[in-house]
Amino acid sequence: MNSVTPEQYQSAVEIADLVATREISALEILERHLNKIEEHEKDVHAFNLVTINEARAAAKETDKLISEGETVGPLAGVPVAIKDNLCTKGIPTTASSKILEGWNPPYDATVVRKLKEAGATIVGKTNLDEFAMGSSTENSAFGPTRNPHDLTCVPGGSSGGSAAAVAAGFAPIAIGSDTGGSIRQPAALCGVVGVKPTYGGVSRYGLLAFASSLDQVGPFATTVKDAAIVHEVIGGYDPLDSTSIKQAPNSFVNEIDQGVKKLKVGIISELMGGIDGITQEVIDQTNIAVSTLSNAGAQVEEVSLPAALYCLSAYYLIAPAEASSNLSRYDGVRYGLRVDGANLQEMNVNTRTEGFGDEVKRRIMLGTYALSAGYYDAYYGKALKVRRLLAENFAELYKDYDVLLSPTSPCTAFKLGAKVDDPMTMYVNDVCTIPSNLVGHPAISIPFGSGKDGMPIGVQILAPPMKESVMYRVAHTLEKASQ
Amino acid sequence: MNQEIFKDNWELIVGLEVHVELATKTKLFCGCLNQFGSEPNTNVCPVCLGLPGSLPVVNETAVYYAMQLGRALRCSVNRSVFARKNYFYPDMPKDYQISQYDMPTNLNGYLELPTGEAIGIERAHIEEDTGKTTHIGTSGRISGSDYSLVDYNRAGIPLIEIVSEPEIRTIEQAKAYVSELRYIILALGISDAKMEEGSIRVDANVSVRENGENNLRTRCEIKNVNSLKSLGRAIEYEANRHISLYENGESPKQETRHWDEDAGRTRSGRSKEDAEDYRYFTEPDLVPLNPSEEIIAKIDQELPELPSERREKLVNLTGVKSSDVTLLVERNHDAFALDAVRRGGEPEKVVKHLVNNLSSGPGALTPEALAQLVQMESKSDITSTQAKKVLGELVQRGGMPANLAADLGFEAVGINDLENLVDQLIDEHSDEWERFCSGDTKVQGFFVGQVMKSTSGQADGKTINKILNERSTGK
Repeated sequence: MNSVTPEQYQSAVEIADLVATREISALEILERHLNKIEEHEKDVHAFNLVTINEARAAAKETDKLISEGETVGPLAGVPVAIKDNLCTKGIPTTASSKILEGWNPPYDATVVRKLKEAGATIVGKTNLDEFAMGSSTENSAFGPTRNPHDLTCVPGGSSGGSAAAVAAGFAPIAIGSDTGGSIRQPAALCGVVGVKPTYGGVSRYGLLAFASSLDQVGPFATTVKDAAIVHEVIGGYDPLDSTSIKQAPNSFVNEIDQGVKKLKVGIISELMGGIDGITQEVIDQTNIAVSTLSNAGAQVEEVSLPAALYCLSAYYLIAPAEASSNLSRYDGVRYGLRVDGANLQEMNVNTRTEGFGDEVKRRIMLGTYALSAGYYDAYYGKALKVRRLLAENFAELYKDYDVLLSPTSPCTAFKLGAKVDDPMTMYVNDVCTIPSNLVGHPAISIPFGSGKDGMPIGVQILAPPMKESVMYRVAHTLEKASQ
Repeated sequence: MNQEIFKDNWELIVGLEVHVELATKTKLFCGCLNQFGSEPNTNVCPVCLGLPGSLPVVNETAVYYAMQLGRALRCSVNRSVFARKNYFYPDMPKDYQISQYDMPTNLNGYLELPTGEAIGIERAHIEEDTGKTTHIGTSGRISGSDYSLVDYNRAGIPLIEIVSEPEIRTIEQAKAYVSELRYIILALGISDAKMEEGSIRVDANVSVRENGENNLRTRCEIKNVNSLKSLGRAIEYEANRHISLYENGESPKQETRHWDEDAGRTRSGRSKEDAEDYRYFTEPDLVPLNPSEEIIAKIDQELPELPSERREKLVNLTGVKSSDVTLLVERNHDAFALDAVRRGGEPEKVVKHLVNNLSSGPGALTPEALAQLVQMESKSDITSTQAKKVLGELVQRGGMPANLAADLGFEAVGINDLENLVDQLIDEHSDEWERFCSGDTKVQGFFVGQVMKSTSGQADGKTINKILNERSTGK
């Protein structure tokens, strides 16, 4: 198997410690990672852009501050890769789309600003499915990313580039976005940790919107603790985001080592055997995870989430509907690609026809249709009802259970090109992850074992809104056991 | 209710949609300055430019102003939700407008016209304004232009859209509605509402129906009306256009039309057949607004006196009705009038002076001074001509009329002296007096002239006539 994953990973916590104690400089750390990128990026294609000069300047600045005895942030000197749908001032942000090729945002996303304030070294912008629409990163206008565990396979999507960057050792941490599973599913396929925070827990200001009521920004890492720390850094109330939660807790590592004794874990039965395309090895690994938790003192039981069966349909109405509106602004008038026409409308149409890929067009059309007069109630309106029903299901379960558990993805990483011809088979990849997005709850995917071909498998822990501490705690227990 | 009857048979039906730009310091969803006349594209930021990744944050002052206007229009203030109105146009950076749809801030109010009718207000909601497009070419319209320029300074400025019920029945009512709405807005201080600057914009929905008909017929929306006069002309033109069509066995198409000021006619704009489907849905980037009872109570308490209330007060206190009252309130001179009346000035005279002689304002004149002046007139201590002159001085220099009149050497001949003079004249000119008493009004001028001669013009003509009449009827 052509794999380019490193023998061992160095965590962000380790690196931050080495840099802060001046055992190694931030610049040295950066150069080591740039070397790895140089060696394997041509095979993986995790990045749309490696920002070598900016990264060096930032690392040097961090070293300077440290040498002057200034206080630096918790991620000082830690390299981080940023999904290319987050605005980085002065650095092209494309959403992996031709329509934004070369666009330079005049501002930083809040998350980017916070990472800079924490002293992290941004190494580059990672590849994604165009406008975050996809589950394999094959919808990128700039070519797919390959799974570092097996370069003939997909890394998952839409944050495939960020997942692959961490899996390949290009950076110990990365940032992605998750609308229907776009952090968790690639995390599972690439064998890394991926987190979708509570909706509103991390600012969306500067995130190129796909589906506004579902999008969340979150971390990738090689350890649960790293993910929790990055989550603390990037999370918190942002006055620039009206959906940002004012009283979100922002300490997630506090109970991480406390184990799972007496915690009640519900295994979502609908997301185990019955789902389309789920493989036996995924079911087996999930069951092992369940036993692990049980042995560690948790009370595990099967539970039912009836509305789970309708989530895929509801999602594929709500998300495209919001997307069809969010992507209207790409009209060739103010920025990005413009393809001229005989009049205004022709220009709009030409620009969007040439600038958008097939999947984006598909979803815009679907979404426009779902919102149209005469169809709103039957489709979008109905989908909103499913959403409310799902929230009720979850609320009932969380009266009795602390966390829920399911596989993250029904299968391990599939071959590049295997599912591109039928969108529906691609959509089904998200069946386990979508429910959390619809209700705005947090969820984490942690690597747990692998399939017979050695490809990683991920297990998902779901928690009630703002209860990430418990989620990290359970995940950490599973992580320790799987080592 | 009054009705505008065209050609003896056709009733006019008008509903007005008025957009008001709020005079907040910053825009509706970002911190950019809300300023008229800046260099193009200088009051802009990622949010109002709709840059990728930007998000809206609500301006609380704009919401407060909207609620104030709602209460002034007797609307219910409700939990409200923002919605996206989706359509493509370069002056809309996001290619959707954040507005309110099925859950607006204000519902079900009314506006009282000076003539007493109450025109129903269906809703008054909050939305963001678009940028401004300028088409460079021969006609200034988009078709045939070489290129277009867009200025986004105006994009994101807070607007309130006030939609009336189709209860307006005459052109005068339509104009009065807009004027009255303007005065309320000015009284609240939430906008400078200048039609010529576009901070208040009026669209008219016009239809007609036969007298006695119950249903509403097809209406057309008329845009590009830039003054009250144009509003009147446009409504009239459009109503007649509909009538002609009906009389020819046709009917008007439901559409948006533009008022062409120079040509004096409306022209077809976009046909409503390919009417926009705006695909409204709840704005996911914003949370619902849920004003508390306390806030609404506070707003009610803070409401300034509305023009209708001020007119009523003036009528009640002065007994003066008529359009003079409306005019005084329009000019904000009603408080002055009330004050002068309370200080003993005769209401009718006070009002008349303000209306006729003080249209540009009292200047240095105080209510006390006006009251005294009016009293002097009532007692005939000065003539009305003299009073006018003194008034002029008071406006310029202030002070009290008694002193000023004395300075100017104005002293109307006292009524007793006048009476004596008249009696004397009657004695001296008994023949002429007999003629006057038997109804010869021409002789009146003779007597008045004689009195004026004796008093060197310092007698009040009206008083003289009064005395003459009294004497002739033997009072």
